[in-house]
Amino acid sequence: MAFSSSSSNLTAYTATAITKPSSSPVIRFNKASTFRPKPISISCVMTQQSTNSSAAAVEDTAALRPDPLGRFGKFGGKYVPETLMYALSELETAFRALATDYEFQKKLDGILRDYVGRESPLYFAERLTEHYKRPNGEGPEIYLKREDLNHTGAHKINNAVAQALLAKKLGKERIIAETGAGQHGVATATVCARFGLKCIIYMGAQDMERQALNVFRMRLLGAEVRAVHSGTATLKDATSEAIRDWVTNVETTHYILGSVAGPHPYPMMVREFHAVIGKETRKQALEKWGGKPDVLVACVGGGSNAMGLFHEFVEDKEVRMIGVEAAGFGLDSGKHAATLTKGEVGVLHGAMSYLLQDDDGQIIEPHSISAGLDYPGVGPEHSFLKDIGRAEYHSITDEEALEAFKRLSRLEGIIPALETSHALAYLEKLCPTLPNGAKVVLNCSGRGDKDVHTAIKHLQV
Amino acid sequence: MYLSIAATKSSASSVVHHLQHNNNNNNNNNNNKPHSLFRLHSPKSIQFPLKSKSFKSPMATLAVASTTLGLSDTFTKLKHDRKLDIIELGVPYSDPLADGPVIQAAATRALARGTNLDSILNMLKQVIPQLSCPIALFTYYNPILKRGVEKFMVTVKEVGVHGLVVPDVPLEETELLRQEASKHNIELVLLTTPTTPRERMKAIVEATKGFLYLVSSIGVTGARTSVSGKVQSLLQEIKAESSKPVAVGFGISTPEHVKQVAGWGADGVIVGSAVVKILGDATSPEEGLKKLEEFTKSLKSALI
Repeated sequence: MAFSSSSSNLTAYTATAITKPSSSPVIRFNKASTFRPKPISISCVMTQQSTNSSAAAVEDTAALRPDPLGRFGKFGGKYVPETLMYALSELETAFRALATDYEFQKKLDGILRDYVGRESPLYFAERLTEHYKRPNGEGPEIYLKREDLNHTGAHKINNAVAQALLAKKLGKERIIAETGAGQHGVATATVCARFGLKCIIYMGAQDMERQALNVFRMRLLGAEVRAVHSGTATLKDATSEAIRDWVTNVETTHYILGSVAGPHPYPMMVREFHAVIGKETRKQALEKWGGKPDVLVACVGGGSNAMGLFHEFVEDKEVRMIGVEAAGFGLDSGKHAATLTKGEVGVLHGAMSYLLQDDDGQIIEPHSISAGLDYPGVGPEHSFLKDIGRAEYHSITDEEALEAFKRLSRLEGIIPALETSHALAYLEKLCPTLPNGAKVVLNCSGRGDKDVHTAIKHLQV
Repeated sequence: MYLSIAATKSSASSVVHHLQHNNNNNNNNNNNKPHSLFRLHSPKSIQFPLKSKSFKSPMATLAVASTTLGLSDTFTKLKHDRKLDIIELGVPYSDPLADGPVIQAAATRALARGTNLDSILNMLKQVIPQLSCPIALFTYYNPILKRGVEKFMVTVKEVGVHGLVVPDVPLEETELLRQEASKHNIELVLLTTPTTPRERMKAIVEATKGFLYLVSSIGVTGARTSVSGKVQSLLQEIKAESSKPVAVGFGISTPEHVKQVAGWGADGVIVGSAVVKILGDATSPEEGLKKLEEFTKSLKSALI
């Protein structure tokens, strides 16, 4: 759905789209039917060549992602109170209709370009690459996909703007969202201000204390921030409370879920709204080195920035996909958020997925220095990709993340978000194993200005 | 655990009361185990003590539970109050999506005191033989999954549970639950709501066992000032589709509500948060029980 901002491509694309509306959906996703994927797609970012190659890559990831019930294999689904079922199917219908809604596409494209600032650059990190060169001069090439340069400083805004537009289309004037550290809350408050929507953000009381600045930002942007005191008073409880609000106000309210988690259609929808990241990357990779990335690396909390980068390439089997979760104080400490490594399959917030739970099936509070990764669940599609072996998932401790936070600042003059720092930290383990010239694209999902207060407590600079 | 009240006119199906653990009081007997009580008489059948010929109007019965009274104490105390049809026992969960603040708080307290499925089942093992009302469990899906659906059914059946309500599993995801429940003779009660389209409601009432749980309003559990008028038309629609009993729940907390809902044709009335609140606000378990008795009497009188 993302259009390249390079004007000549855009013009050509738009013309094509309008004159041949039946040829291809702009939003590429597996329709709920017996449609076997090989997604039909047209995107202005794809040249003839790349279209052919992706069409050729039909794989055993031919399992529907998701199927008509919103399942990715056994993961996903809609495990919510009956009261929400109608709203979810209404939402799905509205979302699917967007595929042929060129007005919507055009409007969204314009906002992504002029308000969010897309397309985000694919930046060759010269000094970081140098850092990973082995004594004989060989090593991979590191590229950063600069989602940190988006308006509000993270990838979150991609999904927020699209969902705000969708809410308006549905005639819903009231928006609710959950937030952990506040980034998704800020992104939601931002788009509500932009589109004149009433905005209520649920935030765990504990988190509100730790992220007072973001609370202020949200209020400055006109949102109401409601403290959640139940349970552990953190993100998972804020999510539960947002779901309760939605159950109660479903007829007037749209719930802007911040990640690829939650009940169907959210995992699919949020992925599609972030898929612009991967689409742009394919085009940019082609422009820069005439090929595809060899390895994709992204941090995983709920999993939205990772799915946004990965989705485009899932059918390209030669592209390796690596997700990095938070190991907090260490995987054996009991204080981490490494859901895919240490979790078990269960149902949380509407979806079947891996999650961190105790012996009674109660959800446990995770820990990570980065609030964005501090979620005891994970998007069901990641659970699926892990189980079929299409993507690998590793984890990085708080300490390692802080090191990487410093490293990128020193080597490239880019202060990354602590979430992103987890992905960056993994490069230390990954790069020595990669062949010379391997192209690594790492999703620089956010900038780290929001994290300096945390960093100050831990780092000597 | 809190109790909710349900009334039923049918002996063929189990009616569910909400029962949840309310752990706010000090327990001088046994500080380790959370207590929960229901009092019911012999549990052998699902015959309701209140069967009567003129079964046109539903009859409300109440069961009262206190977390701190010993089982036998409560049993004795409430022995006279035999008009209890079904007790629904809520299993506390860390993320109860369908529950409002009263029940959320009760769950948090219960969990903090170490209540879990095992402790509840142990308690049930002792209590159920003394009950005459059937028991149903109200639990979210993840604790069931963690144990394993089949194992869960076997275990709860062993202690004598008759029914099950799982509020976060919609119809399309219930296949496994229904299969295992039916294999082990547990009645899985399904829910329908004011936002459920008619066709879907039909499918739900077709699949439900025991009775149909009609959620009275768009929202989570918790007392409300009035019962939505929509309940009346919903009851009519449901009755047009099926002869299975229908019990109305969520938000019901006064005799007026009970009278109204009964008048509209409900076979049962379910009262949950109001009961939990009474037990939770009481300064002692004895006081809680007493207030609960008064409350239930007032609700029942609305049905006469």
